[in-house]
Amino acid sequence: MNSFAESILMGGYAFYVWTAYGIAFVVLLINLVLPVLQRKQFLRELALKQKRTRQ
Amino acid sequence: MISAFFAIVRRDLILAVRLRAEAVNPVFFFILVVTLFPLGIGAETKLLQTMATGIIWVSALRAAMLSLDSLFRSDFDDGSLEQLLLSPHPLTILVFAKIIAHWLVTGLPLLIVAPLLAVFLGLPQQALGTLLITLVLVTPVLSLIGSIGVALTVGLRRGGMILSLLVLPLYVPVLIFASNAVAMAGNGYAVDAQINILIAILLLSVVLAPLPAAAALKMSMS
Amino acid sequence: MSFVPAPISRFFHRMASPPHFYCLTNKLLPWLTVIFILLLGYGLYAGLYLAPTDYQQGDSYRIIYVHVPAAWMSLFIYVVMATAGAIGLIWRIKLADIMVICSAPIGASFTFIALVTGSLWGKPMWGTWWVWDARLTSELILLFLYLGIISLYGAIEDKRSASRAVSILALVGVVNIPIIHYSVEWWNTLHQGPTVTKIDKPSIHIDMLIPLLVMAIAFKFYHLIALLQAAKVELLKREQNSQWVKTMLESET
Repeated sequence: MNSFAESILMGGYAFYVWTAYGIAFVVLLINLVLPVLQRKQFLRELALKQKRTRQ
Repeated sequence: MISAFFAIVRRDLILAVRLRAEAVNPVFFFILVVTLFPLGIGAETKLLQTMATGIIWVSALRAAMLSLDSLFRSDFDDGSLEQLLLSPHPLTILVFAKIIAHWLVTGLPLLIVAPLLAVFLGLPQQALGTLLITLVLVTPVLSLIGSIGVALTVGLRRGGMILSLLVLPLYVPVLIFASNAVAMAGNGYAVDAQINILIAILLLSVVLAPLPAAAALKMSMS
Repeated sequence: MSFVPAPISRFFHRMASPPHFYCLTNKLLPWLTVIFILLLGYGLYAGLYLAPTDYQQGDSYRIIYVHVPAAWMSLFIYVVMATAGAIGLIWRIKLADIMVICSAPIGASFTFIALVTGSLWGKPMWGTWWVWDARLTSELILLFLYLGIISLYGAIEDKRSASRAVSILALVGVVNIPIIHYSVEWWNTLHQGPTVTKIDKPSIHIDMLIPLLVMAIAFKFYHLIALLQAAKVELLKREQNSQWVKTMLESET
């Protein structure tokens, strides 16, 4: 087993490994966050519409 | 049912004879695109010879793609497609008839110009036979698979781009086997394996493609 | 569906009813998220730290822990999507329609990740960013299939027809994927390119394999979470005029 600092450096392949993980992380995060934001916004709009129709 | 099948084939052929552009345009397009390649990459005989099969097949694919739109378009516009849906015969058979007619009008003419293009690009003599056989086998597959894409997009105003996006990935296997067969034949190898696979793909798409095409057509008309 | 026992059939019908599904999703999501984070945490720790360095590829092989599970997921999600499409076409279940269209962006994302990480792995191993390797090429075509589905859905205005169209296309695609895959593989063996594929190793050390499997399971959970999140939005949009959405809104405000 190697030390923590060594494994950050990835034996000289740090750029490739961390870019790969970084891109994957960002893409997967977008897929999780976007629907949540969309739902919140949609519910807000819907609530507003409902209030308007009731008045 | 069989009489309905032949009635549709006959009707579409008569229409094509009256409107000749539909049959002639893909052929011109095919020739034109092939002509552009030497202008784009230079007229070196050796280079063109190695690229010939690829150029011919990709151009044939594009020509077939462009002609797909005419498969259901005019019938959709004048409402005869709705009549087709209302007929008591199974829609799959009727769609199959339309595909056959479409192939006779747009696929077969490609065969006639193929020798010309082979000469243009310096394709070896012994590959010409294989080129014709593969064209006979592959152009119906292009019409069959394409019919699914057209049926899905016929109701859309700008379906052309989407149609290419839907259909071209599905054309990959036939492109691979057909162009490989022609290239191998040019080098003097036997190409039975590729031809057999292409026959299998043709039979498979004859059986399977009209079903989703008919289902998609129903969706587009609803 | 007479061959299905009554309780099971009742269960499915309850499951497929939108309000019930929405409630159940809300209950399930926290649990799924916890399991996902635990699996992901362990998978990353084991893959990036515990697993030994490969004697041939050095540490660059660690990209395998995103690349391979992402590639597996890209195919898995397509099959799930086509299955949902078939269910939606046959039984006209609204939820199945929603699952089809919500699967497509997730599947496309995994395909994209598989391609990008494959390219990032290829650069130090092959010396170039892109090689027309059989697997990368089929993955690229798979990406086109996903993009076709997404753009077809976007182009058809009536979302119920769009769902049917997309389901048909997904079914056509799932029949074609094996044919495309084998044709590309066959093409690749003929055009022997730079085939220094150190990646194709028959055996893999057990310490390297365990993180791979853990990551694959973590991605399955991720898929479930992302799918349910997207399905909730789509469900609300389609059911916005129904009673259960209205009562839910009232109870919240």
